[in-house]
Amino acid sequence: MNKYFNKQYIKQNAKSYIMILSLFFIGIVFSVLTDGIFISSRNLSNLARQTAVVGVISIAMMFVIIAGHIDLSIGSVLGCCGTIAAVLQVWLGWSTPSTIIAVVLIGVLIGAWQGFWVSYRNVPAFIVTLGGLLIFKGVKLGISKSMSISPMQPSFSIIGQGYLPASVGWIIAFIAIVVIVISTLKSRKSKEKYNIETSSMTIDILKMIMLSFFVFLTTFIFNSYQGIPVPVLILISLGILFYFIANNTTYGRSIYSIGGNLEASTLAGIKTKRIVMYMFMLTGALAAFAGIILTARLDAATSAAGDSMELDAIAACVVGGVSMVGGVGKISGVLIGALIMAALDNGMSLINLENFWQFIVKGLVLIVAVWADMSLNNDKKC
Amino acid sequence: MENYILEMKNISKKFSHIKALDKVNLKVSKGEIHALCGENGAGKSTLMKILSGVYPHKTYDGDIIINGEIKKFHSVRDSEKAHISIIYQELALVRDITVAENIFLGKLKAKCGIVNWNKIYAESKNILDEMEISINLSKNVKDIGIGQQQLIEIAKALILNSDILILDEPTAALTKNETKILMNILMGLKSKGVTCILITHKLDEVFDISDRISILRDGSIVSSFKTSETNENEIIKHMVGRELTQRYPNSTRICKESKFKVSNFSFVDHNENTLVSDINFEVRSGEIVGISGLMGAGRTELISSIFGFMKGKSKGDIYLDGKKINIKCPKDAINFGIAMLNEDRKQYGLILEQSISNNISISSLSLFSTLGVLNKDKEYKDTVLYSEEIGVKAPSVSAKVSTLSGGNQQKVLLARCLMTKPKVLFLDEPTRGIDVGAKYEIYVLMNKLASEGTSIIMISSELPEIIGMSDRVLVMREGKIVAQFQKDEVDQEKIMTKSAGGE
Repeated sequence: MNKYFNKQYIKQNAKSYIMILSLFFIGIVFSVLTDGIFISSRNLSNLARQTAVVGVISIAMMFVIIAGHIDLSIGSVLGCCGTIAAVLQVWLGWSTPSTIIAVVLIGVLIGAWQGFWVSYRNVPAFIVTLGGLLIFKGVKLGISKSMSISPMQPSFSIIGQGYLPASVGWIIAFIAIVVIVISTLKSRKSKEKYNIETSSMTIDILKMIMLSFFVFLTTFIFNSYQGIPVPVLILISLGILFYFIANNTTYGRSIYSIGGNLEASTLAGIKTKRIVMYMFMLTGALAAFAGIILTARLDAATSAAGDSMELDAIAACVVGGVSMVGGVGKISGVLIGALIMAALDNGMSLINLENFWQFIVKGLVLIVAVWADMSLNNDKKC
Repeated sequence: MENYILEMKNISKKFSHIKALDKVNLKVSKGEIHALCGENGAGKSTLMKILSGVYPHKTYDGDIIINGEIKKFHSVRDSEKAHISIIYQELALVRDITVAENIFLGKLKAKCGIVNWNKIYAESKNILDEMEISINLSKNVKDIGIGQQQLIEIAKALILNSDILILDEPTAALTKNETKILMNILMGLKSKGVTCILITHKLDEVFDISDRISILRDGSIVSSFKTSETNENEIIKHMVGRELTQRYPNSTRICKESKFKVSNFSFVDHNENTLVSDINFEVRSGEIVGISGLMGAGRTELISSIFGFMKGKSKGDIYLDGKKINIKCPKDAINFGIAMLNEDRKQYGLILEQSISNNISISSLSLFSTLGVLNKDKEYKDTVLYSEEIGVKAPSVSAKVSTLSGGNQQKVLLARCLMTKPKVLFLDEPTRGIDVGAKYEIYVLMNKLASEGTSIIMISSELPEIIGMSDRVLVMREGKIVAQFQKDEVDQEKIMTKSAGGE
């Protein structure tokens, strides 16, 4: 029990607390300014849907930055893949499943192309992906002939626009709670098997109750409007999947190590080039996925789709506590970071703040967030 | 009353809740060479960082008194103004700029912001001449040896005309010759009235050169002696707080069949420089082979190129258990059962932002995973087992590896090697910059591994270590093995003669 109240622990986790607190703070400010419209279930649902696209590429960006690289092309790749999806659906009449599979494969190929240059030709990722930004923007405009392509088939639009019926939402929430309980118990059992000290049962029960309550509350809010939005469900699923990959797989561990110390990782027997190659392929796949969600949400591929979204993703990572030097970062942080940025966008639009202010405010937030992060973690004075 | 140039009174310093220094009192007389000894983590570097303004006034308790005057340093600049300069254990050079520019880093001679390069080169040359060393001033620092880099650090301090010069482990990376040059420089400074504070683990140096020795243990000064009135054993006893009867543990073991063999091996790097050539040697199971030689003799290059880490072309054959093996990258080497402990822990070993546990298991993740999914509980348990066996002192294996002292970090890296269950173990300067106690523990461990049948190849620049630990000694010079001695026929002179190219 003590563990959670000692100074060291609190300091270590100060980052997470501050992020969550600032999210609440932003929420309260906008709720007051908008007479409560901001926290209406309708707006929260919208906010979540707006976060989905950037959230998905932020997850990808997190891995890239942790490995010590950067991906400036992710917005262009997203737009390019979204446009290809529209072309396949609207002009060529492909079915929704085959469109999705084809577009994700194209994303993987694009990632492989960039990973090849970074890993096996030693061109810095900054350059390769800056090139990629231009190349895939060009490809996007070339394919679409700079036109908007619409409308998509209804089965496709669901990915971006659909809501789960309330009953299905509750079933998913129930399953989630069962999974939380089972996995907590399983983890205790495994710790006992290896004779590792477990945290007290009370703490675990408290944790389970809090998580379950969170699941319940989220479902309740969404169901008070039209149900859980499909893109949000996709984002949450991807978040959980990649949380697992980051923390519980050799691949995830390798990424963190490579970003922490490339040479040491090579010497420790990690195939660093191959891992970075895979990472870019995965990034491509996630960008393609985000492109699909975006096209589905807009029910069209527009010529500006995805433009400068790489910057939103980088901002979400940075606000979420990912170190630009590599080696450090958490999915939970990045998702909260994405939510903070989206909340700022959404809230400022609600109070009818002029567009130019939104840029200025977001820019300032970015700088302050990094400053706060650094002053918390560094005793060094330079 | 003696004339103290420096007094540090009741200095205490805490890092979060850990006490690093506890009411330390240190008195240094003008013009003496004052040696500061103590195990790793005893607080020597912390104390010196307080003196040099790295930890500014108010982050510690106590007073710094210079020439009878209480000083409050708010930055490194302040202490430089008080004519104190420090040479750190870790080199603080910029790798991609020239030697001359490094010497004048932060103090470039300039008029209206325009740098006077001629003056810089001329003065740099003067300094190096004064030190009686020759280094090409227009070379980039990354292109010169680590020993020369250390000498440049000293040149950097010399241009400041300091009254007090602090040297933190200056000889850790130096060869015998370079150490000699450094010692001469220090004696020269002393005769000019400069006071030196020397932190070192090498006791022979302490006795060669110092006037007074102070010993730190667990964050407080335990005793202070005139060098002429004490001896090595007494110092060691005070450092570790117990009697160490011998520096190298005894061991009896039988070396058996040939385990690892290298024949006609040579290695050429990207720039067509031949780094090592005509290498032939073998190691039997249970044998410790020491590789000695001067800095730049190609020792590290030899084992790194065998291990598959160096970029370039290798020729020749490597045999393990009589079978020819082909190593293309470190992963291959590890899979064959070869492990390497690198000489530079920070750059080539540790992943500082990660836990002790993750650092230990990183080479052996396949032991804990099925289809790429980790069993973190098993991993945790096994890393605890290894870190306990090797004696890593830490509150828990979940602690960040960056919080450990040098000796414990080295043990973490050894644990990483051992977890791969190596048949052949390469150790490159395994005890560099770590304290006497931790050294001894590493020696004991080496003996244990050897008696269990592991073949060990150890590179070391410390001759007593080479002689004390090895069953056989190879001497390298200019990328070749120039001599080989059995344990009973080797002595320091023979090795030095061969290293330096004598007959």
